[in-house]
Amino acid sequence: MIPQQFHRLPLICLAVSAAVLGGRSGLCAADLPPSVLAAEQQRIEAIERASRTAVSVFEPSGKGGGSGVVISADGYALTNFHVTQPCGDYMRCSMADGRFYDAVMVSFDPVGDVALIKLLGRDDFPYTPLGDSDQVRVGDWCFAVGNPFLLATDLQPTVSYGLVSGVHRYQYPGGTLLEYADCLQTDAAINPGNSGGPLFDADGRLIGVNGRCSFEKRGRVNVGVGYAISVNQLKHFLGVLRSGRILDHATLGAAVASDDQGRVVVTNILDTSDAYRRGLRYNDEIVSFAGRTISTTNAFKNVLGIFPKGWRVPLEYRRNGERREILVRLAGVHSEEELLQLVQPNAGRPDSTPGRPKRPQRPQGKPEKSTPERPQRPENPENPADPGSPNKPAPEGAPSKPAPANIPEAARGWINKRTGFANYHFNELERRRVWDRYRSQHPYAAESGNWKWRGNWGGAFELNFTAQAIAARFPGGVAGLEFSKELSEQLDPPGSGGLLLALFAWQRLLRGGPEQFGDMYYYGTAPLPSQPELCDVLIGTYKELECYFYFQPSTGKLLALELYPDAHVDPCEVFFDDYRDVDGRSVPHSLQIRHGDLDLGVASLESFEFLQSGAER
Amino acid sequence: MSATRRMIPNVRPPAGIVIFAICLPAIVLGGPAMLQANPSLADAVTGVQPKVVKIYGAGGIQGLEAYQSGFLISADGHILTTWSYVLDTADDSVGVTLSDGRRFEARVVGNDPRLEIAVLKIDARDLPYFALDQAVEIAAGARVLAFSNLFGVATGNEWVSVQRGVVMARTQLSARRGAFKTTYDGPVYVLDAMTNNPGATGGVLTDRRGRLVAILGKELTNAQTNTWLNYAVPITELNSAVVDILAGKTRPRAASRDNVKKPKEPIQLQMFGLHLVPDILAKTPPFIDDVDPESPAYLAGLRPDDLVLFVNDRVVGSCKALLEELTFVDRLDAVRITVQRGQELMEVTLEARP
Repeated sequence: MIPQQFHRLPLICLAVSAAVLGGRSGLCAADLPPSVLAAEQQRIEAIERASRTAVSVFEPSGKGGGSGVVISADGYALTNFHVTQPCGDYMRCSMADGRFYDAVMVSFDPVGDVALIKLLGRDDFPYTPLGDSDQVRVGDWCFAVGNPFLLATDLQPTVSYGLVSGVHRYQYPGGTLLEYADCLQTDAAINPGNSGGPLFDADGRLIGVNGRCSFEKRGRVNVGVGYAISVNQLKHFLGVLRSGRILDHATLGAAVASDDQGRVVVTNILDTSDAYRRGLRYNDEIVSFAGRTISTTNAFKNVLGIFPKGWRVPLEYRRNGERREILVRLAGVHSEEELLQLVQPNAGRPDSTPGRPKRPQRPQGKPEKSTPERPQRPENPENPADPGSPNKPAPEGAPSKPAPANIPEAARGWINKRTGFANYHFNELERRRVWDRYRSQHPYAAESGNWKWRGNWGGAFELNFTAQAIAARFPGGVAGLEFSKELSEQLDPPGSGGLLLALFAWQRLLRGGPEQFGDMYYYGTAPLPSQPELCDVLIGTYKELECYFYFQPSTGKLLALELYPDAHVDPCEVFFDDYRDVDGRSVPHSLQIRHGDLDLGVASLESFEFLQSGAER
Repeated sequence: MSATRRMIPNVRPPAGIVIFAICLPAIVLGGPAMLQANPSLADAVTGVQPKVVKIYGAGGIQGLEAYQSGFLISADGHILTTWSYVLDTADDSVGVTLSDGRRFEARVVGNDPRLEIAVLKIDARDLPYFALDQAVEIAAGARVLAFSNLFGVATGNEWVSVQRGVVMARTQLSARRGAFKTTYDGPVYVLDAMTNNPGATGGVLTDRRGRLVAILGKELTNAQTNTWLNYAVPITELNSAVVDILAGKTRPRAASRDNVKKPKEPIQLQMFGLHLVPDILAKTPPFIDDVDPESPAYLAGLRPDDLVLFVNDRVVGSCKALLEELTFVDRLDAVRITVQRGQELMEVTLEARP
């Protein structure tokens, strides 16, 4: 790993200039073909354009730093977790324009070694376009921009040019949390301080974030082997990185290995995993994962390593010559407590903290074998924890804590410390954005909870919502839900996994909003089956229920709801569609209901009545 | 590199000139943008990768990696690589993984300790390969690509790493004695890229069009400055040695199928006043344990701790192989012995006393 601190390395310069051009023939521009000059000009422009988006990150008291790159006009910038870790909530950043900017932590992903920070003070930052790292070929030109050895004391970043040496590399965690899956390898000089900085393609599009080198015998300087987190992995994480949370990576809940015929087979699987519930078993051959053919265990780990915890990803397996395709929910590598202990070892236990979901335990678990050792906290001998540094964790039980006094006023308003979050301020920001958008289309709040639905779901059905209960009549019989009783035991109608509970949760959100729901936080973005764009997801916990609400970013509409009545069971899934106007409110008239592998069909609404409180039912 | 740098006159400049003459117009006519030149580099990489192999053998302790690189030199599975401890396995067989992920057990066909190369063979056919006789010579300033499995980054069907660089010099490796630990003192290409990393040895150096140029050398550090040398040995220096290896000349005689008659009265080591270390391993390296005073060996300059590499130009990798080789030598004949002392090679001719 690249250390965060400035080492005054005895730079041994083998000052040998390979005088390729120049020399005897005395070439000047006029002698060169126009194509060469054009290519040179193109390269200069790409480097200039790209360098403007690079960031030099400094720990405020000058104890370390690294690099970063701005990805949006309002100043969101990517860097490495191991760069921001010694900085804590606040850092100083410089750019090629010669100015310093205050920056605050937004979210970090300790396993992927990624952090999102936000530069403050402008809404017109130069930012980089994102490339496509899956299109990068070995042998393509690329260049790194950054702050090696913290040389950017004149605030000008350093550029190093090179070749893409390898693609889809897998680098083991190696005794730390940090796993580099599906990464790019380059021979462009990557030195201590380049960490977190951008790797660009020849046209100046971001293809990766540099962060790791193979250091062994030569000391902690470039040995021609640097690794960059692929931008396509970062694209998967951009949504969750906006959430202000401490992020986790994913596990299938199954371990795989190559067998003697070169097939990748399941060697262990947790029966609590979603993959198990979807039918995956010991000795099944993994054929493809997230659309990529799997022929080695590294290829499998590469795919697994680029997704955040909580995503649903297609997986194809073969058993007895028969191929089956399933959609698998990926659980977290760590439990929330584990993760917190690893990155904030002195922090209070999250389950004793108000404002944090009591039961966010999605189907969890680690394969028992074949994954690396349980990760340790990254060794950081150069950076002993400074008791005065601002990355002191929140005291136990404190929902939030004022920013330390040495952080400038301008940045303090952007920091809201809450145990379990990297910066709760950004979670509130995003939650409010999603909710306000939805709410503007669905002004239900002033209403009573008395709704009356009529429709068709394989026959006529009727639903009556009151303040205390839901009474239903389905083609298969009557069903009900009483709010005062144990909720997770009322999974009516039978086989739905808790449809009435899901509708109850939906109504509860509509009427009370996220604040009244129970505990609700912004997860980030995740895919939804058959939806082309990633959805904004709010996760709410009320009593023993856990609800995932999927909103369409382009419209703000609620597209789906998943209700988990309990851990380690399949949720009831409701997909909303056919929104129509009812009394000035946009109401979905088509509800597709799924549970596990069952498609329970579409319930179409024929009438949707909002009754006055106490009105006749 | 502050060493005695004897530049070797480029004996075959016409080839280079011809190539440039063809190349240059191609660049000029090649189109308006550099962009069109870029994919060709990736194409060159694509052409080379199937010929490069990953080699797994002995090691894995004390900073000795158990892997290195190599490349195919025949369609039938001959592989050129560096002669190193990685190949020094108990059964003379090492693991080879091709770029398509196929795995083979390879046997060591033969080696040349002076050039530090070895040829392996796997049982396969119709493989893409580099023809050694089509290797090109390049000059200082030429741009090159280095392919190797440095740090063992690639496994299975993953491609080995590619680096780009410039030839800084074509020079003798002799350098200053003692500064770099190597027995090879022939011509090398010195590179400006950090190609010589753990596991890179045996990798291939090509020009920008993917044509064979050289084989990446072993890790080499200057003991005094702690600097690393990045170098590759020109294939043109190795060609005849590889031919010899393939012809079985460097093979230990016992392992060859040569039907040579043994003399009735072969020579014995004691006749030279030589004593080897006790033969306790499967392949005990034939170090000299003791030399009798005033014996022929002593007078020829052999000393304890010298390592015997060759007997009459045959490689002797172990005490057993050495003794076996001597059974082919009549006690009346002279014997040429090559030993390594430190990093120096020394050759002596011994005759038994009548």
